[in-house]
Amino acid sequence: MIEVIKPGLLTTIQDQGRWGYQCYGVGISGALDSFALAAANRLVGNAEGAAGLEITLQGPTLKFHRETILALAGADLGPKLNGNPISHWTCHWAPEGSILSFSGRKSGVRAYLAVSGGIDVPLVMGSRSTYLMGRFGGMEGRPLRTADRLPIPKPKANHRESIGRELPAEYRPPYGRNPEIRVIRGPFEEFFSDRGITAFYSTEYSITPQSDRMGYRLEGEPVSRKKSEELITCGLAQGTIQVPPNGQPIVLLADRQTIGGYPIIATAAHVDLPLIAQCAPGEKLRFRPVLPEEAQDAYRSLWSGLRSFLKD
Amino acid sequence: MTQAPRILPAGDQAILLELGAEIDPAINRRVHAWVRRAGHQKIPGIGELIPSYCSVLIYYDPFLLSFSQAAQWVQSLLADEAVGDEVPFVLKEVPVLYGGEFGPDLQFVAQHNTISPEEVIRLHTSQTYLVYVVGFSPGFSAMGVVPPEIQAPRLANPRTKVPAGSVGIGGKQTGIYAVESPGGWQLIGRTPLLLFDLEKDPPSFFQAGDHCRFYAITEREFWDWGKK
Repeated sequence: MIEVIKPGLLTTIQDQGRWGYQCYGVGISGALDSFALAAANRLVGNAEGAAGLEITLQGPTLKFHRETILALAGADLGPKLNGNPISHWTCHWAPEGSILSFSGRKSGVRAYLAVSGGIDVPLVMGSRSTYLMGRFGGMEGRPLRTADRLPIPKPKANHRESIGRELPAEYRPPYGRNPEIRVIRGPFEEFFSDRGITAFYSTEYSITPQSDRMGYRLEGEPVSRKKSEELITCGLAQGTIQVPPNGQPIVLLADRQTIGGYPIIATAAHVDLPLIAQCAPGEKLRFRPVLPEEAQDAYRSLWSGLRSFLKD
Repeated sequence: MTQAPRILPAGDQAILLELGAEIDPAINRRVHAWVRRAGHQKIPGIGELIPSYCSVLIYYDPFLLSFSQAAQWVQSLLADEAVGDEVPFVLKEVPVLYGGEFGPDLQFVAQHNTISPEEVIRLHTSQTYLVYVVGFSPGFSAMGVVPPEIQAPRLANPRTKVPAGSVGIGGKQTGIYAVESPGGWQLIGRTPLLLFDLEKDPPSFFQAGDHCRFYAITEREFWDWGKK
């Protein structure tokens, strides 16, 4: 069991998402940086889909009432195990009674904690992810609170063999401030003026403080419309970039609604979603159009790298 | 009204199939017929299908299918359209306590159309609606077409909290909020039915393509609902 001594700013249980229920209006939730969670899981010998913690900006203090192995990936929020700084993207041993704490943010926004066997909360519709809007999944559908107790299984007999495993930097996404994000044009580019489209691809957009797991609200040159008609509400893919009447784009992420009706200028490539998830308000995004095939090649290459370096 | 279908990339792992560009029962039925045909096939790499008013979002796995392969499959199911496997007619009945504190906008809908609240209730319960789409929030079902005499615009300032079970009118559509959520439709009543239930699979009472008929119940019936 893991005891929550301090919950941190926004710490939720997430896995790779609740797929299969969007046709009933149930969002997918899941880790915003799904690559980092998958990597942390693989480092401790878990399946990519095991549940871990998504830790936002300011980390929690956790006490392990059972021996385990753990790994952190994604943002570097200054993790310390029993007071000693520990490296990122690396598997560590946590003896019974260990305390994991965080000294402060160094880079990124969201750190992912995986422990041997995953966090064993009940499955809801096939997933352990916290669905904040629906108030279910994870820990009662809410962020962690002080004194929460998170069930974890007994580690595998050979778990200590994983200690010290590390995912080298060349296998990780090229995280950084102000990244360039590859996007696929449309599917509703015809709603926008030439000027609006040019602005979208040639200028930077700042991430506003009104950005969360539902979506990142951006601010910059307005992406102006050509057609004034309304778009008829349609399904929203991961990374959809919709533009409300004020011309300021919104990148829709894991906690988005299942359907929506603002015109869609472009859709972020999955391979670059981790880069977005690790950007904080005030940082900027640039967009570059690519074909779906190019985005898929890059996606396969990133994930195949992880899977070949850290085999099942 | 009959625009040629469009098959568009929605990012690198989904395709949007657009069968029209308006809210129209005939186009919406084609959406449900396509989803039904697609659901009968188990194609490795094809993921969730999310039907909406006049389009379907189709997820696929880029490790198993390229964009053109997925697009070809979407297209191939259009070619079968003439075969006309109709979607079965599923009718679900929904009891509603109209007006009062549960239908705070019933008066407005009546006044807006210069008819009585009783007439609004009579017209709202007088026909069968097609459930166009389930979404926005868990289990929210949007249906139409609402008779012209009781259509009403959405609220200029949406409510931040609409209770679960609220029945509303938004333009030419009527619908039910299955869980508490923000919302901008005119609320005319509430149903005691549980329309989103985590214990059930599927969790939603309505599925897109179902039909719905409302009937009025008394306050006593509302409170006693489910006790029997």
